[in-house]
Amino acid sequence: MSIILDHVNYIYSRGTSDEVKALDDISFEIKDGDFIGLIGHTGSGKSTLVQHLDGLLKATSGHIYYNGEDIYDKGYNLKSLRSKVGLVFQYPEHQLFEEDVFKDVCFGPKNIGLTEGEAEIAAYQALKAVKLPEELFYVSPFDLSGGQKRRVAIAGVLAMEPEVLVLDEPTAGLDPEGRDEILGLVKQLHDEEGITIILVSHSMEDVADYVHHIIVMDKGRIHMNGTPKEVFWHASDLERIGLAAPRVTYIMRKLKQAGYNVDTTATTLSEAADSVLGAVRL
Amino acid sequence: MIRDITLGQYYQTESRIHRLDPRVKLVGTMIFLISLFISQNVLCYVAATIYLICIICLSKVPFGYIVRGMKAIAVIMMITVIFNLFLTAGEPLVTFWRFTITYQGLKNAIYTAVRLTYLILGSTLMTLTTTPNDLTDGMERGLGFLKIFKLPVHEIAMMMSIALRFIPILLEETDKIMKAQQARGADFESGGMIRRAKAMVPLLVPLFVSAFRRANDLALAMESRCYHGGEGRTKMKPLEYKPWDIRAYIILACYLAIVILLAILDIRITV
Amino acid sequence: MAIVETHNLSFDYIRRDDEGNVTGFTRAVNDVNLSVEKGQFIAILGGNGSGKSTLAKHINAILYPTEGYVLVDGKRTSEADHIWDIRQKAGMVFQNPDNQIIGSIVEEDVGFGPENMGIPTKEIWERVEEALKTLGMWEYRKHSPMRLSGGQKQRVAIAGVVAMHPQCIIMDEPTAMLDPSGRKDVIRAARALNDVEGVTIILITHYMEEVIYADKVFVMGKGEVRMSGTPREIFSRIDELEELRLDVPQVTRLAHELKLRGMTMLPDGILTEEELVDAICRSYSIM
Repeated sequence: MSIILDHVNYIYSRGTSDEVKALDDISFEIKDGDFIGLIGHTGSGKSTLVQHLDGLLKATSGHIYYNGEDIYDKGYNLKSLRSKVGLVFQYPEHQLFEEDVFKDVCFGPKNIGLTEGEAEIAAYQALKAVKLPEELFYVSPFDLSGGQKRRVAIAGVLAMEPEVLVLDEPTAGLDPEGRDEILGLVKQLHDEEGITIILVSHSMEDVADYVHHIIVMDKGRIHMNGTPKEVFWHASDLERIGLAAPRVTYIMRKLKQAGYNVDTTATTLSEAADSVLGAVRL
Repeated sequence: MIRDITLGQYYQTESRIHRLDPRVKLVGTMIFLISLFISQNVLCYVAATIYLICIICLSKVPFGYIVRGMKAIAVIMMITVIFNLFLTAGEPLVTFWRFTITYQGLKNAIYTAVRLTYLILGSTLMTLTTTPNDLTDGMERGLGFLKIFKLPVHEIAMMMSIALRFIPILLEETDKIMKAQQARGADFESGGMIRRAKAMVPLLVPLFVSAFRRANDLALAMESRCYHGGEGRTKMKPLEYKPWDIRAYIILACYLAIVILLAILDIRITV
Repeated sequence: MAIVETHNLSFDYIRRDDEGNVTGFTRAVNDVNLSVEKGQFIAILGGNGSGKSTLAKHINAILYPTEGYVLVDGKRTSEADHIWDIRQKAGMVFQNPDNQIIGSIVEEDVGFGPENMGIPTKEIWERVEEALKTLGMWEYRKHSPMRLSGGQKQRVAIAGVVAMHPQCIIMDEPTAMLDPSGRKDVIRAARALNDVEGVTIILITHYMEEVIYADKVFVMGKGEVRMSGTPREIFSRIDELEELRLDVPQVTRLAHELKLRGMTMLPDGILTEEELVDAICRSYSIM
């Protein structure tokens, strides 16, 4: 599996007075097994970008290759692309519609041509994978809590057995425990099921603990692209575009200024704690 | 595509038309619509065209923006034109295969197309230059006499203004829901009528659920800001006629008189 | 003097089946006693389903207690005569900015509350101007709310409440749907209203960073007030917070972790980066 974006541009409302260049010359590659964080403030183009990955929006110019095939080629099967690149939108309320959870999760697999029986197996496995308690399988999706709805929404996409899972702000509106549960689930899908993950977020702290790679977007362009350590090293640059490094990075810098020999590239809490304990006399 | 619908939207700018009293604009729109229906000949349409061009220029709304709103009704327009073109009896003009286009048919088709276009343009112009609140106030005052018949004029006007405000929000939401379902392999474009209708269920259910939730939220928000119907309410922008409003009424009256005259003239000539 | 008081407040939601028959009750708020003084900045923390929003709706007289009572400025919310007075005194800002903006131009929306209160036209304009200037939205007065960012919309919603001249504003998760910069905007606005205008603020949230500056924090879980105190007192009880589906700011957590792993001289409940760095410098020398 690989996705390559080659000089992708996208312009909203072309030819009118509110013409906006939402994506500006985007090129990068997503490799099999990646865990990518896509960061940017509202309006930076990150949501527009992910909608290109499964062909919901068509680039104004440029190419996207999935496993070496150009998805804009005539006769390319976009439906099969959408089953391979699963996109979970921010609000589960936008996709839940069936009378019970199980039927709702069957919707995706049935659309891509699975038989009733196959779809049910896929749905059952997906609901198990997102750890939804079995007693909730046959209740109305509208009666679930926010966190449960989000699980069902993820299961609805997982049931199509995607190779890549793109999650747009999966933790918005959840309380801290709900957030940790969903992010933990996403990590597990990556580690155990081997699914490539693209996590769209504006929270650096959320992302720093989980992802291997960060792409920072600003004004439709890729502003930075690197490991969390590389990206957070440029904290002041991030602040200029309305973002920030995780709080611990700033603490490490302040301690370094105060003379302690701490690791200023620490981005997660445990790294920071290790580094501080190594730098002070107890 | 969904973003293109400008019907019912307000376009923010400063212009003579924007500043007019909403009652004038309501009456003006009514007069324009009436004039379209009594128009019988080319001259009447010329008058209507001049009137429309003047208003568009005065309103300072970009022409492209107004026209974009027309896309939404393109289909309805096509259907009416085709019906008129082929199904009107009269002198044959062109005949091919089984279809005959008559002189009257062509004339009817053109008139209907122009009439429909102007009708939409005229009413779009009103909403483009009047905020929903103004419109509500205008209706409330203009139709106030209906209260005698126990009609809840204030409530109807308020509902209309809220509906107008929520159109863009719900359109945007429709777009998002469509994408979320397409990401799950939903297909809204292929198949016959029945299949397409069935394909709408995954779109309509979330949309309705969301619309009801929004309605509920909005009702709470309004109540918490002390909304309790029209009684005892004061106005932030009370309606008062200014000199220009009177002049506008006079211009409107002249326009109506001219169109009526032209229409009568036409009948005289043909008789 | 207390502006808001609840006495043994309990509230049951009625569960109904598809035909509308009552099938049972769910207790959303259980025996809550709290008192908010004039001019305070209060935060109510709680996870999803902790009953914090239900509690908030009682203060604005949108919901009425099943048991107990709520006093706003000394008046019972359940008495019909006081309802408009209470809603004016204790204004409310909701979570979703799109669902609470009624006007299609910023200034018209802000004027909506005063119009309902029957304020004379001239004074409405004065109030609208004052409210929009306080919230830093004056230059957007002619804009359509559709074109504003989430944080700006929420500030318009707050201005709409401010124009009603309330003594107290209840903000029910005003930042839950915003991005970080919008969140900062709204919290800054809330703090300014409290500091400069002396408006009592009751902020309901589950973002821990937002409550650092509160005078007092109530933590809710399963419909009850489970903890209360200053932010420092609350944040030093990390384990209890976790049981209530909550978290502490990353700085506080780092300090806690360091303390557990041997740096026992660090104080509890550290709230800001500076505090932590100072505390380390004071007690531990460089190796």
